[in-house]
Amino acid sequence: MGENTVTHSAAFVRTETLPQLEPPATQRGIVKWMHENLFSTIPNGILTLLAIWVIYMVLSAALPWILGGVWTTSSLAECREVLDGATGACFSVLTERWNQLMFGFVYPADQYWRPTLAFVLLFVAAAPVMFFDLPRKLLIFTALYPFVAFYLIWGGTIFVPILALVGVVGGIMVYRKLVQGSFAMGFFGGLVAAVLIWAIGGMLIPEGASENAALQAVPSRDLGGFMLNMMLGVVCVSLSIPLGIALALGRQSSMPLIKWICVIFIEFIRGVPLITLLFVASVMLAYLFPPGTTTDLFLRVVIMITMFSAAYIAEVIRGGLAALPKGQYEAADSLGLDYAQAMRLIILPQALKISIPGIVNIAVGLFKDTTLVSVISMFDVVGMIRGPLSAATEWNGIYWELYGFAALLFFVVCYGISQYSQWLERRLATDHR
Amino acid sequence: MSAITDPPQGSFSLSMLINDTRYRSYTFQALAAIVLALCLGFFYLNVSTNLAAAGLNISYDFLGSPAGYDINQRLIEYDSQSTNARAAVVGVLNTLLVAFLACVTATVFGVLAGVLRLSNNWLVSKLMAFYVEIFRNIPVLIWILIIFTIMIAVLPGPRAFRGDEPEASMLFDLVAFTNRGVYTPGPYFTRGLGAEGNGGINWLIVIGVLVASFFATRMVTSKANATQEATGVRPNTLWTNLAIWFLPVIAVLFALGLKWDIPELKGFNFAGGIKVGGPLIALWFALSIYTGAFIAENVRAGIQAVSKGQTEAAGALGLRPGRIMSLVVLPQALRVIIPPLISQYLNITKNSSLAIAVGYADITATLGGITLNQTGRAIECVLLLMLFYLTISLLISTFMNIYNNSVKLKER
Repeated sequence: MGENTVTHSAAFVRTETLPQLEPPATQRGIVKWMHENLFSTIPNGILTLLAIWVIYMVLSAALPWILGGVWTTSSLAECREVLDGATGACFSVLTERWNQLMFGFVYPADQYWRPTLAFVLLFVAAAPVMFFDLPRKLLIFTALYPFVAFYLIWGGTIFVPILALVGVVGGIMVYRKLVQGSFAMGFFGGLVAAVLIWAIGGMLIPEGASENAALQAVPSRDLGGFMLNMMLGVVCVSLSIPLGIALALGRQSSMPLIKWICVIFIEFIRGVPLITLLFVASVMLAYLFPPGTTTDLFLRVVIMITMFSAAYIAEVIRGGLAALPKGQYEAADSLGLDYAQAMRLIILPQALKISIPGIVNIAVGLFKDTTLVSVISMFDVVGMIRGPLSAATEWNGIYWELYGFAALLFFVVCYGISQYSQWLERRLATDHR
Repeated sequence: MSAITDPPQGSFSLSMLINDTRYRSYTFQALAAIVLALCLGFFYLNVSTNLAAAGLNISYDFLGSPAGYDINQRLIEYDSQSTNARAAVVGVLNTLLVAFLACVTATVFGVLAGVLRLSNNWLVSKLMAFYVEIFRNIPVLIWILIIFTIMIAVLPGPRAFRGDEPEASMLFDLVAFTNRGVYTPGPYFTRGLGAEGNGGINWLIVIGVLVASFFATRMVTSKANATQEATGVRPNTLWTNLAIWFLPVIAVLFALGLKWDIPELKGFNFAGGIKVGGPLIALWFALSIYTGAFIAENVRAGIQAVSKGQTEAAGALGLRPGRIMSLVVLPQALRVIIPPLISQYLNITKNSSLAIAVGYADITATLGGITLNQTGRAIECVLLLMLFYLTISLLISTFMNIYNNSVKLKER
């Protein structure tokens, strides 16, 4: 009876559910978002207004300057004429001096395609190392790339890179043969074989082969511009990773002499600024080589920067080695692996994975530090801006555009690398979180 | 039958040097020692032959001879007749000066940016992220050069201050910003113990008074702690401490007759006061804003490393937000922040060697630059230069180790 009374006593009963009402205007959409994220408290609101003011000041100064830029004049005076008092940048210095900014001012102009090609091929060579999903066959090109790039940039006789390649291949073959005995035998055997091939082959290269080579030889001192930064960065990072691994392992070693050599080397290098090491390269290193040998500045700088970054990378890798649980070392021992096998198969793959963010940080820092070579009068991109471009009569008094351009170049590369490293970290994360 | 056999005793053969793990490490170390000795000998031989061929020798006599160049920015007396050693000392002091200044401001920038990046204000946190990314990804040398060029181009020259209707005017008639540097009033004493009332002794007295005030406030605080332990009521020490800090110093400064020397335009340039040169300002500002971006990341990581449960637990105990920050979060965050912070200070010190790019006379520019070029003593100069930086680095890392040990979590 009860239910009937309810149905009948009510004048109106809704039979279907109403659609949901929208939340109040202050609790939805952009208003809510702004209330929560921009004006939640009074100090927060003041901060927001302050930030808007800063952004407005920067944009109101920069945007008209960038948008009103002039791209096609051949001197600063002409550019000012075109602007006629209006706000605007003279980006024409970039278009007009593009080649100098990129390649320096002595690299032969008709050969610019060579470093450009080497730069493009760098991406092809780096791709299989950076992205593991690409076909592994591409690694063959990566292995060949150093020789190809050397030939493209320096030119001269093709025998030199071919001989270097033959030496490396010979060394690896001997290593493969001997490594069954022990790792040390294989390593040193391979090294001796490679050096022997280079020594014998060096005598076979005909005299004067460089003069009538297919690609005109370019001496190292003619390299310059952003190309120099890229070359120093790529060469020194790739050389310093193996050296850094060796130093880190040496520092962990149980042999006191080896350990102390590594400790002193690492702490010494890390204790002095890079610029003093570059001074060593420019004024002191020549004294250390046998009299009569002339090593060019580029090679000396590469040696010092490689040592510099190897010391830092060694510390990063040492952190990775220390972070591994002790059980991993003990497990390797209990499997009966010797030192080289344990390191190669168990310890280093895990330690290097932990160290990747650190190593990338060092690589980014090193790439930024390549600008320091401008202090020892090498004409990298900063050196070009400070030296020949500031001194040029057509462009005397222009700096915002040039420094802004250099800053942009470095920002793009460094930011790109750090984004890649974050992606790689996520990709390699095998632990469950 | 036993599975374990004792190693054979007394039968040593040469092959055991390679195959027996007990002896192998000695073999390797002996090899390493030989290679090291050969390398060092090779370098020594090369250096001595090269030096002999160039008619040089290793000698530090040049440090005692007149330097023959001027240094604009200096903390101690120096003229072009002073010795190279004194020029180097001027450089050392300049390095320490810019490093100290940049460490202070970089910490301020970094802590501000790091804290603001964690703020729940979307716009501010994005702005700070932008600042950090922009400054971390562009070389510090470019920043130094940009700021230096802008300073020269944007700030007025001293001549703009001249005339009845000058184009530029001094801030509060006290500070002049020119493209040659910033001129600020400088304090000096009219009475006192030092020569001409401006000697170092007066400053030592002031510093002594400040140190005494520091210990006095420490005593007041510990007494307040004791009262709080005994009675549960903490006496208000704020006004006592403020009085202890300020009254004695003001009295001493007044007794010594402190006056301010205000910079004035004389001829083509300002005279009087303290001149902070353009290169110093550019280097200082660039280093602090660049390193500030790195410190901001350290601060952010440190604060995020303190688990949220700590904040919530402190809130559950009834602490107010300010006390949660100062008593619970910060002490734990500082343990994470301080080690990388100190290594950033070390980086500032090392990066200050870029002074040579803008002509600030630090140790790299004096000893490693002009002195090296004038005397041609490359090896000696570079070695001294490295020795200086190495000493600073080792001092700072010793300090860091002591600190790390003192704040280390005491575990079982």
